Amino acid sequence: MAKHPVSLKVNGDEHDLLIEPRKTLLAVLRDTIGLTGTKEGCSTGDCGACTVIVDGKAVTSCMVLGVTASGKEITTIEGLASDGELHPIQQAFIDTGGYQCGFCTPGFIMASKALVDENPDRTEEEFRFALGGNICRCTGYTKILEAVLQAAEEIRTNS
Amino acid sequence: MSEKKEYKVIGTRPIRHDGVDKVTGRAIYGADFQITGLLHGRVLRSPHAHARIVSIDTSRAEAHPGVKGVVTAEDLPAAEDKMADLGEGAVSLKYLCDNILASDKALYKGHAIAAVAATSPHIAEEACELIDVEYEVLPPVLEVRQAMESDAPILHENLRTSSLGETGDKPSNIASHFQHKKGDIDKGFDEADVIIEREFVTGTVHQGYIEPHNATALYNPDGQLTVWCSTQGAFTVREQLAEILQYPISKIKVVPLEIGGGFGGKINVYVKPVAALLAKKTGKPVKVLMNRADVFEGTGPTPASYITIKMGATNDGKITAAQTSLVFEAGAYPGSPVGAGAMCVFAPYNIENVVIDGYDVVVNKPKTAPYRAPGATNAAFGTETVVDELAEKLNIDPLEIRLMNGAKEGDRRADGPVYPRIGFIETLEAAKEHPHYASPNGKKYHGRGIASGFWFNIGLESSVTINVNPDGTVNLVEGSTDIGGTRASIAMQAAEVLGIPAESVNPTVVDTNSIGYTAVTGGSRTTYATGYAAYEAAQDVVQQMKARAAKLWDVDEDNVQFADGEFSSINGKEEQISFRDLSARLGETGGPVIGRATMNPAGAGGAFATHVVDVEVDVDTGKVEILRYTATQDAGKAIHPSYVEGQIQGGVVQGIGWALNEEYIYNDEGEMTNASFLDYRMPTCLDLPMIDAVIVEVPNPGHPYGVRGVGEVPIVPPPAAIANAIYDAVGIRMTELPMSPDRLLKAMGKI
Repeated sequence: MAKHPVSLKVNGDEHDLLIEPRKTLLAVLRDTIGLTGTKEGCSTGDCGACTVIVDGKAVTSCMVLGVTASGKEITTIEGLASDGELHPIQQAFIDTGGYQCGFCTPGFIMASKALVDENPDRTEEEFRFALGGNICRCTGYTKILEAVLQAAEEIRTNS
Repeated sequence: MSEKKEYKVIGTRPIRHDGVDKVTGRAIYGADFQITGLLHGRVLRSPHAHARIVSIDTSRAEAHPGVKGVVTAEDLPAAEDKMADLGEGAVSLKYLCDNILASDKALYKGHAIAAVAATSPHIAEEACELIDVEYEVLPPVLEVRQAMESDAPILHENLRTSSLGETGDKPSNIASHFQHKKGDIDKGFDEADVIIEREFVTGTVHQGYIEPHNATALYNPDGQLTVWCSTQGAFTVREQLAEILQYPISKIKVVPLEIGGGFGGKINVYVKPVAALLAKKTGKPVKVLMNRADVFEGTGPTPASYITIKMGATNDGKITAAQTSLVFEAGAYPGSPVGAGAMCVFAPYNIENVVIDGYDVVVNKPKTAPYRAPGATNAAFGTETVVDELAEKLNIDPLEIRLMNGAKEGDRRADGPVYPRIGFIETLEAAKEHPHYASPNGKKYHGRGIASGFWFNIGLESSVTINVNPDGTVNLVEGSTDIGGTRASIAMQAAEVLGIPAESVNPTVVDTNSIGYTAVTGGSRTTYATGYAAYEAAQDVVQQMKARAAKLWDVDEDNVQFADGEFSSINGKEEQISFRDLSARLGETGGPVIGRATMNPAGAGGAFATHVVDVEVDVDTGKVEILRYTATQDAGKAIHPSYVEGQIQGGVVQGIGWALNEEYIYNDEGEMTNASFLDYRMPTCLDLPMIDAVIVEVPNPGHPYGVRGVGEVPIVPPPAAIANAIYDAVGIRMTELPMSPDRLLKAMGKI
């Protein structure tokens, strides 16, 4: 299958790639670039495990073709910690025990990051609504919500 | 053992040793694994629920550019008439192998037929479509009552019913029937003033782990087979591979990578032997990944069931008799968890007269697999609903009737065991004292429900070694894959013994060549049994280091004591050295210290839970909203309370999904019509309140810190608790799971 030139900016780094048009952004990130932190749970956009941030918005990367992401700025879970410091959301997930197996965690953290970047001043109800597209099968969500609320509080306090 | 013992590490909440890896995307799960020269495998699955395989022609697929190899059941060693020993009793090797790649019959839609290895996953998928399979389609049977009929389509011509020691003389879908009896059931019902008898039906549900099954296999030319995968137990994968491939265990190494959830569903192998066959055929490493539809259609769900419960009680609330028939779907091959269901069905209550009948029935659905307290949730749905109805008829509070009849130390379960110290009554008392139970409940269409549950927990084999580092830290090596924080709960038990912080223990989960046999992470056994092994290995370290201190001080070993991280000399010389300082002097006192322990502990204490739930029923749409949920549970001793709470909250929510939405929906042809996360509706955070987890601690006498397994029992009470709450809200007894909007509307007579 003919490949197409695609330029992606991922976690601040430029990647000039030749990819098959049938490859999803998720497959490009995982298999072509080698960023395996983003997970594939359903391939149909239902579980949110593959959530990354594309131009500021949380996106399920299994539902985006790699070729259509050309020119976009993408942040994955690998791009969140900076200078050896965890992002407050990452830290909050660790502190509260907001994950068990950890497989849905990158997606939850990226979805939460997009929400908090947009507006950290949200109620539990609003976070529940906004995170409704991410499925966790281990935690029952209680400690995930505790983590997100704790991180949002910290971000509000520090901004 | 004192119930008030003070600990330094046990009961604290340190962060997980794998914490950073899992929030930064660095943890390597099965699908993330890479190796040079990797090929990609894909499995072709049966489109029919029941069909004879007439022929398979792989020639077009083999000729497809990029295809490196195709395998079918013919590539598996001949399995006829052999039995496989997987440590938990013999199973038919043919059944085991046929579930990996069907030989003569496809027994469910999604049954693996053939597999392709190619240079890309897309090419492998294309090639699957080029495999020509001729099927003779047969009528499927999808429900246990139908499967038990004498004229039902037969799945296995050679299957004969094994019933109470007798073997049937004609083909049947009933694989087995067993019975437990206690007391005199007729006398028990004669003594009863009130008798309730009800039928219950539960749907087929899936474990629903978010990470699909995966495996990467490599056959080296020297005959060494290595499999990298996510699994609940690397050693059980090794055993299954050895049996299915008829290959020596000494030539198989299984490397467990991080696992994205299991709940019992990642014990049985599916694509691992397929990857191994493809690797052997191609001489290259092959990775096989399932997609979500494969997971739903090709891996073990937990069984649907048909259950009858009959219970009788006197006017003052004493339950005098209980009888049940548990009919469980095994899926395509025998082996449902009906045995475990029978152990749990009346386990919370001390009842003198009991009869339990269990039936294991094959149907044209995927072979069932364990799912969190397998069998117990189905059973408790029936029992706990009937107990609620008894309480109502007798005008007794539902917590009180449970307190009056609740099992205690010394009581005997119908299937045999006599309880050691257990904490069921304490969970009821905790629920009774919780502000939730005293809070108002009386709004229109609001209701409150109570239910309890039991899971027996297991021990099994675990091995741990502990290497002492010169800086006073230790490296703990274990074989238990960590699904939910067990690196921490195991390391903390070693840290407590050694008098060092949890952070000074570095736990590593290793492959089957690097540690002694360790059974699966399952049965709520890991913190209990592998934690016990860590405790014993740490004791071994202490013993060895006492000898080193004795050598340093030139005293007798018996004159060295160890407490609070300090070795000191007693009887004479005043000497003292910390664990840390002594660890720097191991070289000069005889070389490194490695503590070791292997265990197969018999004292896994059973776990009880009592749940209180408030719901609101929307009588126009049939939707049930969970307003408040409180779960009390006896954890024995919570090593890491946050992670115990997490287990409780997670189990409750799986139980809520089972109660309200989750089920395999089949059409008449036996095709699952909702094999996606969109249509198989698992709870999201939108559907839930915060779950209040209340830990009760009644120490298990079978563990040095009193640990009981905690993972499984929280899934057991929710369906019954919610059914009882729905009854309280709208006066309708729901007896079929899930209690989805359409079923509820139907029950209310609205549709």
